[in-house]
Amino acid sequence: MFGWIGQVLRVDLTKGKISVEKLDSGLAEKFLGARGLASKILYDEVPPQTDALSPKNKLLLFTGALTGTGAISASRYNAVTKSPLTGTIAASNSGGYWGPELKFAGFDGIIVEGASEAPVYLWVEDGHAEIRSAAHLWGKSTHETEDILRGETDPDAKVLSIGPAGEKLVRIACIVNDKNRAAGRSGVGAVMGSKKLKAIVVRGTGGIKVAEMKAFRDTVLDILKNKVKPNATTGVGLPAYGTALLVNVINAHGIFPTFNFRTGIFERANDISGEKLAETFLVRKKACFSCPISCGRATVIPSGKYKSSGEGPEYEAAWALGADCGIYDLAAVTRANHLCNELGLDPISLGSTLACAIELYEKGYLSREQAGMELKWGDGEMLVKATELTARREGLGDLLAEGSYRMASELGHPELSMSTKAQEYPAYDPRGAQGIGLNYATSNRGGCHVRGYMISPEILGSPQKLDPLTTKDKAAWTKTFQDLTAAVDSAGICLFTTFAIGAPELADMLKYATGIDYTVERVLEVGERVWNLERLFNLAAGILADKDTLAPRLLNEPMPEGPAKGLVVKLGEMLPEYYKLRGWSDEGVPLEATLERLGLA
Amino acid sequence: MEKILMINPEKCTACRRCELVCSAKHTGEFNPARSRVSVAAFLDENFYMPLVCQQCDQPVCMEICPAGAISRDEKTGAVAIEEAKCVGCRMCMLSCPFGAISYIPEEKKLVKCDLCDGEPECALFCPWNAIEYVEADQAAVAKKRQVANRLKDALKEVRV
Repeated sequence: MFGWIGQVLRVDLTKGKISVEKLDSGLAEKFLGARGLASKILYDEVPPQTDALSPKNKLLLFTGALTGTGAISASRYNAVTKSPLTGTIAASNSGGYWGPELKFAGFDGIIVEGASEAPVYLWVEDGHAEIRSAAHLWGKSTHETEDILRGETDPDAKVLSIGPAGEKLVRIACIVNDKNRAAGRSGVGAVMGSKKLKAIVVRGTGGIKVAEMKAFRDTVLDILKNKVKPNATTGVGLPAYGTALLVNVINAHGIFPTFNFRTGIFERANDISGEKLAETFLVRKKACFSCPISCGRATVIPSGKYKSSGEGPEYEAAWALGADCGIYDLAAVTRANHLCNELGLDPISLGSTLACAIELYEKGYLSREQAGMELKWGDGEMLVKATELTARREGLGDLLAEGSYRMASELGHPELSMSTKAQEYPAYDPRGAQGIGLNYATSNRGGCHVRGYMISPEILGSPQKLDPLTTKDKAAWTKTFQDLTAAVDSAGICLFTTFAIGAPELADMLKYATGIDYTVERVLEVGERVWNLERLFNLAAGILADKDTLAPRLLNEPMPEGPAKGLVVKLGEMLPEYYKLRGWSDEGVPLEATLERLGLA
Repeated sequence: MEKILMINPEKCTACRRCELVCSAKHTGEFNPARSRVSVAAFLDENFYMPLVCQQCDQPVCMEICPAGAISRDEKTGAVAIEEAKCVGCRMCMLSCPFGAISYIPEEKKLVKCDLCDGEPECALFCPWNAIEYVEADQAAVAKKRQVANRLKDALKEVRV
């Protein structure tokens, strides 16, 4: 095969059995890889009602057709499983070096099934794999694990692992690879922990073939020189300030969620901005494999009580650990972010869950005794302590480890959880960007910005500027963004490329890489197919249209200040139109004709 | 004027695109293990540097080769291995101070950077000019300027 390798590794941890399977080329063509292909396999093999943390759930780590090739920013793999946080299908993607290395080792993906009795890790090297004991690694941070495993295997091996959070089945635990890259959302780390799988170590010296090398090379060169590099976002803004260059932009639009989404303006926003990070702890920019954007931030806090080194914070993390908790101490935010990487926690859900806890505490719904510590807005020390406690499920951390929805429900006030389908929202208040609200409500993995980044047209004006305060045309835009994103994720390239390129460039790269005649229409159709398949999984899991909603605060409490003052999200104006455009019934169920058109019937 | 590959480690982002395009050009596949250029990435220390043949003025590999298989390409100035003459003893690989020559066991072949016949793919694709293909004398001036800049900054810090 071209683009794809053509082999998949299946690992049964219950039986300790490893097998190599051929990749189904028909499925690969229809689903591209990564998020799409792995979702298809999960849908076929795991009944959607399965308990996410039981051995019957499976964890799929899949690359895409373009991963590891010279395509633009083609570093991604997806971790696909049933989520222990949302109960929906989860697909979390990550860059770094691990995904490409898996292909160089001869595999498009790994299907992990069953569960081991004792901690293990998987060692994959050039077409072979073995299960090894990880007894000596249990309890260790992702950074320690990675160093030890490279010592035990190969100095050039790439490591993916969970930290203590995943081991303790924290529902907001992530999978970390290459030390500071993470498949962050939906608690995929807890699934890995439930299987007692500490790490997957990969080393490969093989190559990836593409169908038409010259045309592929020339296409990539053109995209690099004429699209990505000259673009203000991918060529200038992201390299200079990372994603946190958004802090001041989003705050200026009055949609920078502050104090658990009570308002959209944070007075001290600049103190946690990308610009501030560049002045303080930024050492240099860093790229994932083959990426010309290099939004990664290598950061060092040289001294003081938060002394540490690592990467980030990115925009969403700076917001969640910062503004949402009222914290503007950048050293504390940066240290907490480093800890999230080391302990294996999703900083978005962690920050938002802590913000929810602070509000519960303030309102008297969470007592000093239950919390075990004082909770207040703006306390950096509290943040760092809460991060450590959550990863180990100690004290307050045992509450936070469940995510904001379960925690707030347990305390009798689910309305204070800023989440959809139990996953915490990222850093944009939808009252001032209606389209992102529709995306949050309909996202197949709950509250999330990277399923359909409506902020791009609504705030950043790319590919064209929409009025963020109205609902006009938002259903159609959201659908298109969701479909394109699903295709991008399935191909194995980074979503950030879409600031500079769109479906035509993606179709060209796929066409020359695979030798299959992908067009703009076909690429968007793949995305739509993936979206509908995820929807089918969720519906079968019992997550129905009533869950396509938003936290009551966003629907009922008008934004108190700023450009969006007085607004709530008018979800009711957008949702019926969205269902219709998707070819779904009024109950949000894909119609037979839609499934037939997409080859899902 | 002869051109050389100038390496600017401070501009490298460890994306390893150079390894991809080099292997694609020379082997027809994307395979960093077969690339003539490799990025040494000390991720914990935040130091990344592309490593490639320096095309030395007095190449140790050329001197040590018992088969006389290594010579200088007159057009590009690249130190080149002539496959037909190579006996595969790997003395060049052992003696190179930069580790710039690799042995491919499957093909029983020694490979090194050949400057892509005067159009190096790595320099063309490097997103940040961490690898540049420049006139040899310009390279020296640019390097001096870099060193001077660093010294200037260091002095500034000392004086404060």
